[in-house]
Amino acid sequence: MSPRAAKSFPSPYDTKTPKGAEGWQGLYPYNLIFQENLRKQEEQKFWFCDSQHWPNVFKPFEVIGVEYASRCLGAYNTRHYIIPPANGIDFRIHLGYNYFSPVAVAPELIGDRVPHFMERAGHYFQNWGELLENWKKDVLKNIEEIKAINFEKLPEMVALEDIKSGKGKDPSVQLFDDYDRLISLCYKNWERHFEFLNLGYVAYLDFFGFCKEAFPGIPDLAIAKMVMGVDSVLFRPDDELKALAEKAVKLDLTAHFVVGKSAAQILEALKGDSKGAEWIKAWEGAQDPWFNYTSGNGFYGTDEYWCDNLDLPMGYTVDYVARAAKGERLHRPKDELHVERDRIVSEYADALDGEAKETFNGKLGLARAVYPYVEDHNFYIEHWTMGVFWRKVRQLGQLLADEGFWGNATDILYLSRDEVRPVLFDYANGWAVGTPAIGPSYWPKEIERRTKIIAALETQRPAPAFNEPPAEINEPFTVMLWGITTEQVQQWLGADESGKGGLKGMAASGGVVEGIARVITSPDQLGELKQGEILVAPVTNPSWGPVFGKISATVTDIGGMMSHAAIVCREYGLPAVTGTGKASTTIKTGMKLRVDGNQGTVEILK
Amino acid sequence: MSLYTFPFDSAEKPEHDRLGGKCTSLAIMTSAGMPVPPGFAVTTNAFDAVMNQTTLHDQIAGHLKGLDYNSPDEIDRQATLIRELILTQEVPDAVRDEVVTAYRELMKLCGGEVAVAVRSSATAEDLPDASFAGQQDTYLWIEGEHNVMEKIRECWASLYTARAISYREANKIASEGLSISVAVQKMVNSHASGVAMTIDPANGDRTKIVIDSSWGLGEMVVSGEVTPDNFVVDKVMLVVVNRIISDKHEELVPTGRGGIVRREVDAERRNSPSMSDDQVIAVAKLAKAAEKHYGSVQDVEWAIDADLPDGSNVLLLQSRPETVWSQKKAEVKVSSPGSGIEAITKSMLGSMNLSKDK
Repeated sequence: MSPRAAKSFPSPYDTKTPKGAEGWQGLYPYNLIFQENLRKQEEQKFWFCDSQHWPNVFKPFEVIGVEYASRCLGAYNTRHYIIPPANGIDFRIHLGYNYFSPVAVAPELIGDRVPHFMERAGHYFQNWGELLENWKKDVLKNIEEIKAINFEKLPEMVALEDIKSGKGKDPSVQLFDDYDRLISLCYKNWERHFEFLNLGYVAYLDFFGFCKEAFPGIPDLAIAKMVMGVDSVLFRPDDELKALAEKAVKLDLTAHFVVGKSAAQILEALKGDSKGAEWIKAWEGAQDPWFNYTSGNGFYGTDEYWCDNLDLPMGYTVDYVARAAKGERLHRPKDELHVERDRIVSEYADALDGEAKETFNGKLGLARAVYPYVEDHNFYIEHWTMGVFWRKVRQLGQLLADEGFWGNATDILYLSRDEVRPVLFDYANGWAVGTPAIGPSYWPKEIERRTKIIAALETQRPAPAFNEPPAEINEPFTVMLWGITTEQVQQWLGADESGKGGLKGMAASGGVVEGIARVITSPDQLGELKQGEILVAPVTNPSWGPVFGKISATVTDIGGMMSHAAIVCREYGLPAVTGTGKASTTIKTGMKLRVDGNQGTVEILK
Repeated sequence: MSLYTFPFDSAEKPEHDRLGGKCTSLAIMTSAGMPVPPGFAVTTNAFDAVMNQTTLHDQIAGHLKGLDYNSPDEIDRQATLIRELILTQEVPDAVRDEVVTAYRELMKLCGGEVAVAVRSSATAEDLPDASFAGQQDTYLWIEGEHNVMEKIRECWASLYTARAISYREANKIASEGLSISVAVQKMVNSHASGVAMTIDPANGDRTKIVIDSSWGLGEMVVSGEVTPDNFVVDKVMLVVVNRIISDKHEELVPTGRGGIVRREVDAERRNSPSMSDDQVIAVAKLAKAAEKHYGSVQDVEWAIDADLPDGSNVLLLQSRPETVWSQKKAEVKVSSPGSGIEAITKSMLGSMNLSKDK
């Protein structure tokens, strides 16, 4: 629009490193940073920041998430299903943030891939239920295996029975093996993560494309609403807390749920109540598996899982109890959502006849059959698998802290996963030789240095993109998942001028609301949210579930129709505008906003 | 519950016997989500009270007794006398009070004294039917309680025009039990107006509502003398999916005394949207309701009234079946018919402008 709008984003080679972050490249794998000698070819590609999944700067260990996720996504497109027009998504870490660049297939190669795709993906669509059953079994088995891993201090002496049985191995073998298995099991579940995901999107896109053709101009939101489930397991943890709150009111236990008290204090008080035991039983029953749930997104080692910190779910429960006691209806309006969904479907279907109507019903049927996976997988992998995974990483971190390698359990995150292996050897070596390990004299200083670099990187928000965008962005995954459209990229390029009138993003969940903004950049700030405020964040997470009962609308920087914020807002019936690019930096807490989830606009009223 | 008046937005069920055809239809439309200009009916009970609580009924019967229906002059003479009786008859207090109350309520709703239209609303074949267009009395731009009462009486009197009397005789309709209702309805003061179609006329897409809108009265939109703003609304989701704001150089505006002036639109408004998004959606809702009510694609004339508060100022003026697309079937382009892997592959390539057979 603006004649002065730039055509291109800056090159990653021309960015400024924040003061104190010099040498940051050394914290990340060589193949994930923009190498000086590859400048020419790297500058040919368009890179966009994925702050939807990685809003914060990576600590070295946390790179595991982006590496496993991106590699496995790529493998399914490129090597398993041979998706005709799309290979994987290349990724780089720059100044601590993650950048993606989708890799298209050369047009002349697409034709040859088609028969392979049809045979392979076709098999999955035909045997979806059975294969998914198998998926779930394997994923849960891997989780159980991770859970069974236990990192223990090496003993003073090898156990006598090992001597007597002639075992011929000391516990370091188990330690090394457990660490390798921890990493490998995590990898296996990330492989599984993408087994169905891309196909789920493909079926969704088929229906999506049909709707755009049959009903030109149909809002994306309408299509999403027709396909989406209402009963995803992703919402189960939050629903469990609501049920617990209602139970507390029913059992007349309201008085024990005092704001500010810890879970332990409240449980102690409940034990003294004659009806408390019944509630505690329900509380404990809900924990496995539903408290394998994080207020983060599973990609950060410091994400706190409910089961590891019961104060989190108890805090939400206390909130819910107070509301339930006032007679407020806590549960999501599931019936209304069902009725609304049926209405939308029948009104669109009624506008079609004959073959078009049959096609509509057929495609919608398939999309609905495969779509639940798109929502549900998040609980099994990001929440459950990663929750257990990070707990074990921290357990190992604590063991090594106890052995003097560093100060805190989470200091291990400042090492890459491949650096931890030699540390284990160092530890086992010192133990074996009978001398102090070298690590305790090396790592504390190095970790301090790295901590400073990460902190310096964190002072700077990521640039939205690098290099020249393609004339048209039509790669379906990019549009669906990240909300990155031709128009959106142009708006990012338009930069500062649009901040005044308002922001434009994806109309991700319908409705219009006016209210006061609350800018949240970290889950720790969630407690500041007040009833009826509009949540403004770089990105939101479905596990912020309990806050969605409080807020009146959501605005995010990044995210498409299928982003977590979009999905959760539709489930809660709240307006949402996603992918605005800069809401969290343009809007300040306390500003009055008008959020139009139908048009995808956010207006700053004052 | 009032006996002698009936607001169009009343929650009560409109009874044809009390309201007559016109008022019943206005009340039904309002309750079906198609708000017509607000107003009220003066029911047949009011007419009956005037007739029966006074000597009017008997006097009229006397004038009609032994009337020579073969003599147009005689019919004319008696008709004039009867109408004179009706126009001068004192209206019973209960009736007058109720009409005045209803009128004042209406003025309150309109935010002050505004002009109304007063029309007769016949109950059956008592009056020549619609094929005698213009027979039914209509008085536009009426202001003030006194004048409105006058016009109501004139509507009552219209039951006894020479033509109506002859018509009843020719069709063997008894004069006994005759009654009539009267509609008192706000004159529309169009701030903006236009047309809405419950189909996209460009492609026959039945999930869209296409709205043309311009400043002032709708005539210039209909006649094509002004390029209106154009809004496309998704009928299912009720959101604006496309909009074109045009240069609307002229407008017709009511003078408030029955006159209309044509004037240039000031620079500021020319290129501004003639409707807010909320108003666009209100028009779309009204059109959707009309389509549902009549069971077919509709072509709706509507207006936004400057006197009424937001939320109740979008009014339906007329709705009629759309004729072009109802005759033919819309061609829905399906580039990947069916479902399953074959269709998925086709649409995946199609979305990127690629063909499977390349």
